[in-house]
Amino acid sequence: MALLSVQSISVSIGKLNPLDGITFTIDKGEILGLVGESGSGKSLTAMCVMGLLPRIGGAITKGSIVFDGCELIGLPEIEFRRLRGKRIALISQNPMTSLDPIILIGAQIDQVSKLHLGLSAEAAKARSLDLIAQLRIPEPAAIHRAYPHQLSGGMKQRIVIAMALAADPDLIVADEPTTALDVTIQAQIIQIMVELVRDRGLALMLITHDMGVVAQACDRVVVLYSGRVAEMNAIGEIFAEPKHPYTRELIRCIPRLGQEPGSLKGIPGTVPSIIDYPDGCRFNPRCGDARELCRAQVPALERKSSGLAACHFSEV
Amino acid sequence: MNALDASGDNLVQITDLTREFSSGGGFLKPRRTMRAVNNVSLDVPRGKVTGVVGESGCGKSTLARLVLRLLEATKGTVTFDGKDLSTQSQAEMRRLRRRMQMVFQDPYSAIDPRYTIRRALLEPFQVQGEAKSASEAKATVDELISMVGLSPRMMASFPHQLSGGQKQRVGIARALALRPSFLVLDEPTASLDVSIQAQIIDLLESLKEELGLTYLFISHDLSLVRYFCDRVVVMYLGRLVEILPGAGARPRHHYAHALLDSNFEPDPTRRKVVTMLGGEIPSPFAKIPGCAFAARCPAANDLCMRERPPLTDLGNGHMIACHNPMD
Ligand SMILES: Nc1ncnc2c1ncn2[C@@H]1O[C@H](COP(=O)(O)OP(=O)(O)OP(=O)(O)O)[C@@H](O)[C@H]1O
Ligand SMILES: Nc1ncnc2c1ncn2[C@@H]1O[C@H](COP(=O)(O)OP(=O)(O)OP(=O)(O)O)[C@@H](O)[C@H]1O
Ligand code: SF4
Ligand code: SF4
Ligand SMILES: [Mg+2]
Ligand SMILES: [Mg+2]
Repeated sequence: MALLSVQSISVSIGKLNPLDGITFTIDKGEILGLVGESGSGKSLTAMCVMGLLPRIGGAITKGSIVFDGCELIGLPEIEFRRLRGKRIALISQNPMTSLDPIILIGAQIDQVSKLHLGLSAEAAKARSLDLIAQLRIPEPAAIHRAYPHQLSGGMKQRIVIAMALAADPDLIVADEPTTALDVTIQAQIIQIMVELVRDRGLALMLITHDMGVVAQACDRVVVLYSGRVAEMNAIGEIFAEPKHPYTRELIRCIPRLGQEPGSLKGIPGTVPSIIDYPDGCRFNPRCGDARELCRAQVPALERKSSGLAACHFSEV
Repeated sequence: MNALDASGDNLVQITDLTREFSSGGGFLKPRRTMRAVNNVSLDVPRGKVTGVVGESGCGKSTLARLVLRLLEATKGTVTFDGKDLSTQSQAEMRRLRRRMQMVFQDPYSAIDPRYTIRRALLEPFQVQGEAKSASEAKATVDELISMVGLSPRMMASFPHQLSGGQKQRVGIARALALRPSFLVLDEPTASLDVSIQAQIIDLLESLKEELGLTYLFISHDLSLVRYFCDRVVVMYLGRLVEILPGAGARPRHHYAHALLDSNFEPDPTRRKVVTMLGGEIPSPFAKIPGCAFAARCPAANDLCMRERPPLTDLGNGHMIACHNPMD
């Protein structure tokens, strides 16, 4: 059984319905990539899994999220708080949303394992130093005694990862964890995260729009389009044989080494606005394969020759 | 055509440009100075795309601001179309500003949160003192917003109602409003997904052809830089360390090499193990007499610690500042 199973969840925020029938699973030891246009619902999906939707006035209107056999929808906040940080940890894009600027780095990491694992002060510190070293930050002891502002952006982001790992979670949700970082540091952090997932049998949900990172790190990929799942497939299939026309277009949009100048073209048309989604398949106004049925009927997410795709006409 | 003669093929010429920032200087706190941009000289050829890459904090955005004189230089000059920007009057600067625009890195700070998208897009015209009739304004805004792939229905929205990527597209539309000839793009697609990025790069490419635009293009995305840019400038700790004459040119500076080596190919059959650079990036306040990369460089020797390597020409416009270049 999958560690996390998200089944057909829909979300409303006020009058808006930003997510419609999101479905995917993540197994232990697996890295699942979540990609899609800006505004397609990646961050909101992460918030659903983290139980943070109520904080922005949103609600899950249907569907189910089962984590390690436990239904998360309808879970009282007090119980969710026990999961959050301990068994499901979040790494957000901006490290400063997770770090308190006036508390020493060490105290902040120690706190996580004291709170969630019940470690003593000494044991927590030893664990923190160990984690800092594992993330290849030089001089762990000096870092443990530093304030966030004394660290570079890349170091701060590694500290946030250390904090996420401190409680020994089963699932890490990372929302664009390296977007703000340098390429050299990003490469190191992705490499470290992949190693940690493999070594500890963690599950990682990785939101990114960097298709190089997706290709390097992910085992499977969920492609979102306008609040719905377009495709879920193994990494090799996503790049070599995508099943959904949108995935195909997305892959075509990646600039490649040696590509002819002027040959990089976007997907024709505009991304539909959340206040004005088209009927039927939401990709139909931009899809070269669209026919009458696409405008009339929402395609179901179905099993294809590999993976799942929501398209009336993609090959089975 | 005088201006063109004066500046030749280079729309912008940057000479010995330096910008220092100070901090501290309070009670018991020594005043510290750092050079965010350290003696940079660079020509920006007309009608071409010059890419700038380098670690976060290496001075790319500071360089961008200096070039547009949104920030005053501590030392050095920038000429735009043959005119030394530091000697231009306020009025002349304002006229020149129409021709040079910037797309800012941070979509969150680029647009005023109190303005609707419509108002944000009309603001550049107001700043320039150009009133528009209601129908002109609508036509202008409609055109700008569809140019960057947004739905005209978003016009009445406020920035907080847009995703990061949507906001960035508004920033680009705004920079294009006055039809500039020189555009400084500070990581314009960093918050965008690849399909919107492709759309924007395609748009920038066609605008360049149609209007003969010149770009200074700052980016973290090396695949994109190698696709889009005619030349690539690599910076490290405020210094220019290498200029690659073409996107395909092999880097020979050790930092430039490490940077390109860190780039993950968008191909799952070509995964790689990146070599982890030892050492941390030195503090920007550190006074480094030699090569700024020496603390992390596998080929560093005594000379590298002692003497700053000068920028030298390897031929064909390939410039490098390194005592022991890679083969
Ligand atoms: N607090 C909110 N109130 C109303 N609408 C929201 C809110 N947060 C997000 N949305 C809308 O929900 C949709 C999905 O947003 P989300 O932030 O999940 O996108 P995303 O895929 O993470 O995009 P990006 O790549 O730009 O981060 C968007 O249309 C967005 O405008
Ligand atoms: N107004 C300022 N006052 C003081 N220091 C500054 C100021 N602006 C920039 N700096 C410093 O100058 C250095 C260069 O900053 P800059 O923003 O130019 O880097 P960058 O290369 O654009 O980085 P990034 O890739 O993160 O955007 C940094 O160390 C930064 O902290
Ligand atoms: S359902 Fe129709 S419009 Fe949608 S992706 Fe498939 S072919 Fe295109
Ligand atoms: S000058 Fe020396 S330290 Fe600097 S990159 Fe070249 S070999 Fe390395
Ligand atoms: Mg997001
Ligand atoms: Mg910058």
